[in-house]
Amino acid sequence: MNHRRTAHRTAAPYRRYFSLALLFLSVTHSLLAQDSLTTAPSLEQRVAGLEAYLNNANPSPGGHALPSSGIAGPGHNGWMMTSAALVLFMTLPGLALFYGGLVRRKNVLSVLAQCLGIAGLVTILWWAVGYSLVFSDGGNAVLGGWNHLFLSGVGPAPDTSYAYWVSENIFAIYQMMFAIITPALIVGAIAERMKYSAVLLFVTAWMFLVYFPLAHMVWGANGLMNGVWNADAAVRSIDFAGGTVVHMSSGWSALVLCLILGKRIGFGREPMLPHNMVLVMVGTGMLWVGWYGFNAGSALAADGIAANAFVTTTLAAAVASFVWPMAEWAVRGKPSVLGFCSGVVSGLVVITPACGFVDVNGAVGIGVVAGLVPFLAVWKLKSWLGYDDALDTFGVHGVGGTLGAIVTGLAASPSVNPNLSAANAAAQANGLAGLALNGGLVLEQLKAAGLTLLLSVAATVLIAYAVRAFIGLRPSASSELTGLDIAEHGEEGYTGAH
Amino acid sequence: MKKIEAIIRPHKLDEVREALQEAGFRGLTVTEVKGFGRQGGHSEIYRGSEYTINFLPKVKIELVCPNPSLDKAVDIILKHAKTGEVGDGKIFISAVEEVIRVRTEETGEDAV
Repeated sequence: MNHRRTAHRTAAPYRRYFSLALLFLSVTHSLLAQDSLTTAPSLEQRVAGLEAYLNNANPSPGGHALPSSGIAGPGHNGWMMTSAALVLFMTLPGLALFYGGLVRRKNVLSVLAQCLGIAGLVTILWWAVGYSLVFSDGGNAVLGGWNHLFLSGVGPAPDTSYAYWVSENIFAIYQMMFAIITPALIVGAIAERMKYSAVLLFVTAWMFLVYFPLAHMVWGANGLMNGVWNADAAVRSIDFAGGTVVHMSSGWSALVLCLILGKRIGFGREPMLPHNMVLVMVGTGMLWVGWYGFNAGSALAADGIAANAFVTTTLAAAVASFVWPMAEWAVRGKPSVLGFCSGVVSGLVVITPACGFVDVNGAVGIGVVAGLVPFLAVWKLKSWLGYDDALDTFGVHGVGGTLGAIVTGLAASPSVNPNLSAANAAAQANGLAGLALNGGLVLEQLKAAGLTLLLSVAATVLIAYAVRAFIGLRPSASSELTGLDIAEHGEEGYTGAH
Repeated sequence: MKKIEAIIRPHKLDEVREALQEAGFRGLTVTEVKGFGRQGGHSEIYRGSEYTINFLPKVKIELVCPNPSLDKAVDIILKHAKTGEVGDGKIFISAVEEVIRVRTEETGEDAV
């Protein structure tokens, strides 16, 4: 099959009539070549192959190799390239501006440098080993194999274990964008007081001990918690776009890390106000837009499930963005812009695991709880417990991610997503199809949440103490007081009047 | 010559500037400042944290004038910066020893 695909692709740069002629030749050539080995696919089989593209189904129905097998489908592939770019946009500059606006002006660049540094660092890790450890076959239920080290063997042909019609290299880059934003979320809890070298060292270790195993367990074809696609899954849980992998893991790790790191100098005595609420709002809008790639892209196709995820994402975000500031208005007297922005992010976090499994009414319900529960967490919980989660990573992502895992179990419906029904052989085999009907799914979701929490907390304690012993976690007091921008990066965000 | 430093409410700046200009004063310097006086501060709430903002934004105008014009300038500022509420600001007056215009090197009242 390979040589047909190659001929087809190299034809693309030539002028149209020429390329058509070439394509015709190459197709006839390969059909003839195939003819001598097996029988050529019938017209019916070839039509079935094209219908599979429309239905995001197996490109080689009945196991026949067809002219359309082994090739990415343009629509699905195009949407996944767009989605990958959208998810990158969430970090750079969405999250960077959201967090950057919330810190004091002397630390704005340190937050941008952390987001930028993580983007580069995680990309290198992902290329070298990360993709392989998460998505290569040949591993076990906890970690993937070694077949795709340095992205070897990852090309434009789809890996049909994950996406029938999406180039595997695009799938790999799309998943990489999730691997980038997850540790970048942790930055919010430790902002303004962690040494840059310690951030990079922590993130490197954290990717290996938390992200790679967790992403494999939830999304890997043979993953421990992949209820939808692994017939042998020990935990039959579901997570459409990363409620556990991304938000719970980063949120709980953020809480632990900020406790080990300690409070900012002057916390509770000096005002630590957001230096630019306008940047916060701009970043929030970018996060919301980018989140369509995150959630609807997680269908790994431009299909009906993606369409449902797009709609539920919109509803949950909009409802939560309204409920949070209204709750503020009711109990504190004023609806704040930070309340609107926090509601947006919180609604997006909570709908993330659910977006491909719930209907519109489920999404509105999720929007309401997403507007209230994280609001209470950052309003009351934080002051009761007294930890310095500078930008509320735990309150929004930890609490919201955990809430999302649970409400997904309550609201997911096989009528929205047939992969939860007996129509999906894996879900039938491991019992998920039954659990989705009898309410047993919530228990599986709690197991997955518990396991995620345990792994995130334990690994973060380990890594944080190791980094502290090795190079120290905090900058000197004078660096922290001067501001990390000048002390650690040698530049300022805003340099005077001219 | 005298220097007038007046701390006023930011939204009164244009009214004061216009009145001074109409009365023939040919220049002043404006700085955005923060401070506190009898007005005290206000509170701001960001998610779980409530902060008392002790320093409120004000505008400081600085104006140097010949001794005979002092009363006129002060009257204008008093008239146009006043709202009658706490927080209208203050005026400080001090003597100026010398003024030099950079371009022409003129000195004294000619340079004002």
